[in-house]
Amino acid sequence: MALKPQKKTATGKARAPGRVVVLVATRKGAWLYHGDPARRTWRVDGPHFLGHVISHLVLDPRDGRTLLAAAKTGHLGPTIFRSMDLGRTWKEAAKPPAFAKVPEGEKGRSVDHTFWLTPAHANEPKVWYAGTSPQGLFRSSDGGVSWEPFSCINEDPQYRQWMGTVQDGTPDGPKMHSILVDPRDPKHLYFAMSGGGVHESQDGGRTFAPLLKGMEVVEGFGFNVNDPTFHDPHCVRMCPTNPDRLYQQNHCGIYRIDRPSDTWVRIGRSMPAKVGDVGFPLVVHPRDADTAWVLPMDGNTVWPRTSPDGKPAVYVTRNAGKTWQRLDAGLPERQAWLTVKRQAMTADASDPVGLYFGTTSGELWTSRDEGRKWTCLARHLPEIYAVETAQL
Amino acid sequence: MKVLIPGALRSYTEKGVAEARGATLDAVLGDLERQYPGIRFRVVDEQDRIRRHIRIFVNGTQVRDIAHPLNGSDEVIIVQALSGG
Repeated sequence: MALKPQKKTATGKARAPGRVVVLVATRKGAWLYHGDPARRTWRVDGPHFLGHVISHLVLDPRDGRTLLAAAKTGHLGPTIFRSMDLGRTWKEAAKPPAFAKVPEGEKGRSVDHTFWLTPAHANEPKVWYAGTSPQGLFRSSDGGVSWEPFSCINEDPQYRQWMGTVQDGTPDGPKMHSILVDPRDPKHLYFAMSGGGVHESQDGGRTFAPLLKGMEVVEGFGFNVNDPTFHDPHCVRMCPTNPDRLYQQNHCGIYRIDRPSDTWVRIGRSMPAKVGDVGFPLVVHPRDADTAWVLPMDGNTVWPRTSPDGKPAVYVTRNAGKTWQRLDAGLPERQAWLTVKRQAMTADASDPVGLYFGTTSGELWTSRDEGRKWTCLARHLPEIYAVETAQL
Repeated sequence: MKVLIPGALRSYTEKGVAEARGATLDAVLGDLERQYPGIRFRVVDEQDRIRRHIRIFVNGTQVRDIAHPLNGSDEVIIVQALSGG
């Protein structure tokens, strides 16, 4: 099916492309893929930290140099590694994210791993946020060298109740993720919790409040839709050119919200019924707030979380969710049971936009034309946890 | 006293046996941290619990509490548990 023509930015200009580097975090190390200007050939750099569990690998777009890797091993505790030279050398954080020590006799939490890294506002150049598993929110003000608990979230009794326990979370632990910073205002923040819902702060994290209206929860069990505990956002994204618009891939479908409205709208209902609107990742266009991509996965019965019917496809909306179009040219046509984790799909800022996703079976796929055609960039990697891009 | 270091932690110590001092396991871990910054948090969490997939032996006996007393002739072994993958 032919895709609709792209929209221009408000200024009518597309962003000048830089050379793309794809940052791949896996269960057994990290890899960087450096693209040629046409994004046709890729030079692999890796593995970095072979054997380490790398949950997220992010290059700071503000300075183009600070590269942070959220790491642990199967046995050792978590840490953050930093590189200032695109991975040639690394140094460990002096103080990685850790919960506060509790008084004797009390049972405190410990960070199992840092799951999510977000560079803060452009006006706060060395500030980063981190989300952990179990759910915790942390902040660094020195480029990731040291981290402190941020805001009230980690110890607030109400938030702790909403978070539930480790047993209430995903099989590999409950996550804090999708930490978003409004580019217009460093005090305007969002985060999401797998089991805990989406939350917003307008005061730099002094207070947060749930943003749940319009969301659905799993039916048939009498779950209270007003209780954040029963909400399971998988991935939330803010549109760079319209920060009032957020898209959300939730356990219960695909949603969109346009602030100042406080109500999410389920735009996934217009997805084909046979495919459904369950999935993990969601990617927004860097310049067009009406365009977003999802990668549906089977959410029936035991929740296989694999490509519906063994036929992987990306779906795109170019009208903010009114309609969706299937994009599967170049992807396997049958018996391909792909799983893509919530952080393992991303876009670059080139024109046309390049898309990238990594599977738990170790394949890295890319499209140079916004999903019209896909090619496999790399195979035989370990389980891919996260994929990000940077423009150099 | 001698502290045997597992392979996973040798990026900190650059050797398989380290020397550390302390009257308790906690103090010895603190001395290791002083010599090799970052190493303690990889083994003991922020609630001072030995991490789930780490085992620590003193003179061949597994120890579960970092308050365990030590004397200078004790041998401490830090190992990765036979788990994970």
